[in-house]
Amino acid sequence: MTVRINGKEFEVSPGTSVAAALLNIGYSGFRRSETGESRGPVCGMGICLECRVQIGGVRHVRACMVTCQDHMEIETDA
Amino acid sequence: MPELDRFDVVVVGAGPAGLAAANAAAGFGARVALIDENELPGGQIYRASRGSISASVREVIEDLSKKSVVRFDGSTVFEAPSDGVLRLWGPRGTQDIGYRSLVLAVGGRELFLPFPGWTLPNAMGIGGLQALVKAGLDVREKRVVVAGTGPLLLAVGAYLLEHGARVPIILEQAPLKDLALFGAGLVRYPAKIGQGISLGRHIATRLRAGAWVERAEGSRAVESVTWRKGGKSFQTECDFLACAYGFVPNVELPQLLGCEIQDGFVKVDDQQLTSVKGVFCAGEPTGIGGVDLSQVEGRIAGLVAIGQDDQAEALFGKRESWKRFARSMDRAFALRHELMELSTPDTIVCRCEDVRAGDLVAWESSRTAKLQTRCGMGPCQGRICGPATQKLFGWTQGSVRPPLSPVPLSALGRPLDEIEN
Repeated sequence: MTVRINGKEFEVSPGTSVAAALLNIGYSGFRRSETGESRGPVCGMGICLECRVQIGGVRHVRACMVTCQDHMEIETDA
Repeated sequence: MPELDRFDVVVVGAGPAGLAAANAAAGFGARVALIDENELPGGQIYRASRGSISASVREVIEDLSKKSVVRFDGSTVFEAPSDGVLRLWGPRGTQDIGYRSLVLAVGGRELFLPFPGWTLPNAMGIGGLQALVKAGLDVREKRVVVAGTGPLLLAVGAYLLEHGARVPIILEQAPLKDLALFGAGLVRYPAKIGQGISLGRHIATRLRAGAWVERAEGSRAVESVTWRKGGKSFQTECDFLACAYGFVPNVELPQLLGCEIQDGFVKVDDQQLTSVKGVFCAGEPTGIGGVDLSQVEGRIAGLVAIGQDDQAEALFGKRESWKRFARSMDRAFALRHELMELSTPDTIVCRCEDVRAGDLVAWESSRTAKLQTRCGMGPCQGRICGPATQKLFGWTQGSVRPPLSPVPLSALGRPLDEIEN
């Protein structure tokens, strides 16, 4: 299946979480912190909220809690 | 307005404790609901691996459906709008469900202690990295430094090696003598010996006891860690750093429901009953004890919740044995004081609001620090920095309020589902 990340298409294996897919492709920074630092996943289980991205137009979605779907639109900010 | 969906027993959390509670209660014909934030039940221990559902998770799901347990997957409890009612946010939007008995099996989370560079991308938790690998992160040929404390360190080290990662070093902060004593004590727990042996020699050669991460370095992400052992510092290059210092309980939902908290944990009696009538708690929120203790506590809670007190009492001995095991872990993996002194004034402590250690030293409580610096006021609501400031400064955490997790505005301000009389 393919997902679009920041406008570019990437192939991902079914069952991969959005967080894992982003890391596999080489995005280690997912969002910008309050003072502009680049941040990525920490807890991997939905608690720390560091891995927030935009998915399908919805902002602040935890990338570690969502499984990639075909044609999913993902936007990072870092 | 929809009618309120009512259950005999509602279980929050589908990890080892929650699954045991739901299965025990449903086994006697009670109408049981099982709520979990994840897309599938299983919690962290039985977390499904990428692509296909793992055999253990499939077994769990079949067991639940055989017993007609109603699952609310991908659903977060964010409010308790009235007595006996929980409000969820999930795939079907906002939903209220009612309960006669409630079992809180909400688990724990990793304890993170700040050090310079801990906020760099690719620096994460130990369980955190494992969860990501289970969700499809490819670690083949990646250099992963595993650091922190506790049995998870070795288990995840082995897991990463199995999945093709290069693990140059595993840093356990506890001194070797405490580890050896703990290892010798395992003789009393045959199930744990098997796990110990399977960790094997490839782990032993990488393990550095009495060693800890001082700082992580890198420009866009972690590139190396500087670690300390025996009064000397060493540097190791890596692609990922997995570092955490054991576990802390998730007590936010129990607190919201008014359950008494004692020394940071939910206070329960012999029957796993909290200070609130009809509300039980099992697993890590009542004391960090691992999967075996969680399962037996969950089973006890599920049985008492449907009035099977005698069946529950038969399990008290087993629970006591796993509690002893938990106490021996606490002793072996006690945190060294050096870990509380790693921050420099510009080290971030609250990752949500970017509050630095130097901004916090002037305040004497989490409440004043929160008001003055916004420490703990971000989206995680202090779940990460709260336990850290407790360790670093001895601050206790304040009260909780809904929503317990960030939910869309549309999820809030909804009238209560109609309650049938």
